[in-house]
Order: sequence, then C-alpha cells, then structure tokens
Amino acid sequence: MFVLVEMVDTVRIPPWQFDRKLNDSIAEELNKKLANKMGKLRLRQAVSEWWSWHWKLALSCHHDPALARALHPSKVVYNVGLCICLFDITRLEDSYVFPGDGASHTKVHFRYVVFHPFLDEILIGKIKGCSPEGVHVSLGFFDDILIPPESLQQPAKFDEAEQVWVWEYETEEGAHDLYMDTGEDIRFRVVDESFVDTSPTGPRSAEAAASEEQPRKEAPYSLVGSIIEPGLGLLSWWTNS
Amino acid sequence: MEVKDANSALLSNYEVFQLLTDLKEQRKESGKMKHSAGQQNLNTITYETLKYLSKTPCRHQSPEIVREFLTAMKSHRLTKAEKLQLLNHRPMTAVEIQLMVEETEERFTEEEQIEALLHTVTSILPAEPEAEQRTGASSAEAMDEEGPA
Repeated sequence: MFVLVEMVDTVRIPPWQFDRKLNDSIAEELNKKLANKMGKLRLRQAVSEWWSWHWKLALSCHHDPALARALHPSKVVYNVGLCICLFDITRLEDSYVFPGDGASHTKVHFRYVVFHPFLDEILIGKIKGCSPEGVHVSLGFFDDILIPPESLQQPAKFDEAEQVWVWEYETEEGAHDLYMDTGEDIRFRVVDESFVDTSPTGPRSAEAAASEEQPRKEAPYSLVGSIIEPGLGLLSWWTNS
Repeated sequence: MEVKDANSALLSNYEVFQLLTDLKEQRKESGKMKHSAGQQNLNTITYETLKYLSKTPCRHQSPEIVREFLTAMKSHRLTKAEKLQLLNHRPMTAVEIQLMVEETEERFTEEEQIEALLHTVTSILPAEPEAEQRTGASSAEAMDEEGPA
C-alpha cells in the first residue's frame, strides 16, 4: 500500500540553521512540508512564494503550534497520494543565496514514502461508522474510505434505528442478520480512488458568491472499496471457529 | 515542487514499519526540535502509521524472513503485486489466497497447489502469537485423528 515517489524541490534554509548539517536541515524541512500532507502540486515559483510567506508568518508568531497547524492542514500531493515521511535524499545541488534574502536555497532530489494503494489491492481497516451513503472505513492514518451500498455483501439493508448496515445472510434456517458495527476490523478491496483539487480558487463575483450555497468540504484524496466477494467484509465473518 | 516518478518502487509494510521505527528512535535521541510547530504533522502521521502497522504481520518480520519468503515464492510464479499482498497480509485460508491472487482457477488447477502455497506462506512468515496458539491447537487435533493408522 506504500510506494516510493521521486520528487525534486527547492528547499529554503534560514540563516540561523546554518550551523546544522545541511542534510539534517533539508530532511526536516521536507518532512515539515510534506508529511501528512495532501497538497496540490503547484508551479515552483508559486511554491517558493507560499513558502517564504509561511516563514515570515511563522517567525512573527514565534512558531506558535496552533497557528502552524492551521497553516498546514492535512493535504495530499495531487495524483500521488498521502505523504508519510522522507525515505532518502538522492541528490543535493548547489546552495544559492539570493540578494535581499539571507537564507540559502538548495535544489533537492529526494524520495518520499507515500500511501497509495494500487487498484484491486486488499486492505484491512476499522469501521468508522455507517451512513446511508455506505460504510466508512479508516486505517488510523487515513480516513477517507467509503464502501458504497452496492458493493456490500448482498442482500444488505440499512438499519435506521441503529444507523448501521446489515448483511442479511441466507442459510437453510432463515436469514441471519450480520451487523457492521463501528470499531470492527474489515477486509476490503480498493476499487477506485479520487483526487480532488482543494486549493483555493480566486474570488468570485458578488452575485455568484451570494447565490451559491456553502461549498462541500471534500477530501483531497479518497478511496472507494468493495466487500462483495467471498472472504471480504468483517474478519469475524470468515474466521474458522 | 515537481514529481519525477510517482511510482518508482513498491514498498512492503515491513520496510515502512522499519523506516518509521528508526525515524522515531532518531528523533527521540536528538530531542529538542520534536515538538516545534512543523514537526507536529510528522509526529502524527508517524504515530498513526506505526500504530496501524504494528497490528499487522509485518511486526514479526525481518530482512532474512522476507528474503526467504521471496526465494520460496519463485516456484509459484506470482506477480510482484500478489507476492507483496501475501507478504503484507499472511493469508491463512484458501479464500484469502483467492482474493489476492488473480485467476486461481486457471493458474492453480490442482487444489494441492493452493495448499502448497498456503503452507509456504504460513511456515515462512511468522504469525501473531494468539494465531499460533489457535493453529497449534487445531493441528494437534488433526494429528490425534490421524494417529493410529
């Protein structure tokens, strides 16, 4: 479920970190920028502008953790996946200092560990909850997995009272109701993924802004699963007792 | 930021588990910068991913075990993705094997072939301790049944 992604980026090291080993500073900056991130890919110019804006703001807030967390919401690299951590640095080019800015800028080639399951991969997660849209599954570090009603073991029905999906398993004795309760381990197959560009759009005209309703908060990276095959679903359904 | 290759290599759960454990050790030793603003994200993702991976079979694996597993898998002619899934999940039943390996009916004509594959997987890859007890108990019963020929 994890892949290595080769990336290249320009990393800015502020002067007060010049006493540290370059590799360590760079590794820390890359992890700060990408770990747990699902951010849109931008042009390098936009990135360094955003980055230097962040640093000015961070300086003025004395690395206030809450503010920094707000500036770094969980983002996914577009079409790549959820970034976990730096694997290694493959190449460091020369470091440059530009006029007007005391920091050094270094172009870095590196590899990053990214969560990106391949199509049809089997994964095991925990049920986070059920809704009429389907069963929501979480892996702990990644939450946006949905199993839609048509991909559940059939026949399935949604119990409104308990807000839980149920598999009406037929046997000779009659139908057994197998509940998909929150917190249960579930084995599923990845059948689809979707990347949504969540970077901010430009300001809209006054009328458009007034007439449009609240835009839906969409996850930048989400997976669609299926448990319709034998062997899939709650682990407890298939263990030999 | 530019992506040069979005899929340069597949990583097994064991490799990521090892990497994150080493990273955690390193950061524990260096101490001071851990709780600064930017490190929060890395801390969160490391903690959550380690929590998830430590409940999977990769926790008991080692480089030697992985090497032994891949050598043994050569004779079964599986694709890289299939071997990776077997390594990550350690299936114990034929149903699970059929989920991870495509077209088992055409590729494994004899039932013994699937049994042999299952046996290779369960004998080389270490199990969770409670699973050991369960399978240990059931194989003991089977042996008792076979006992007097």
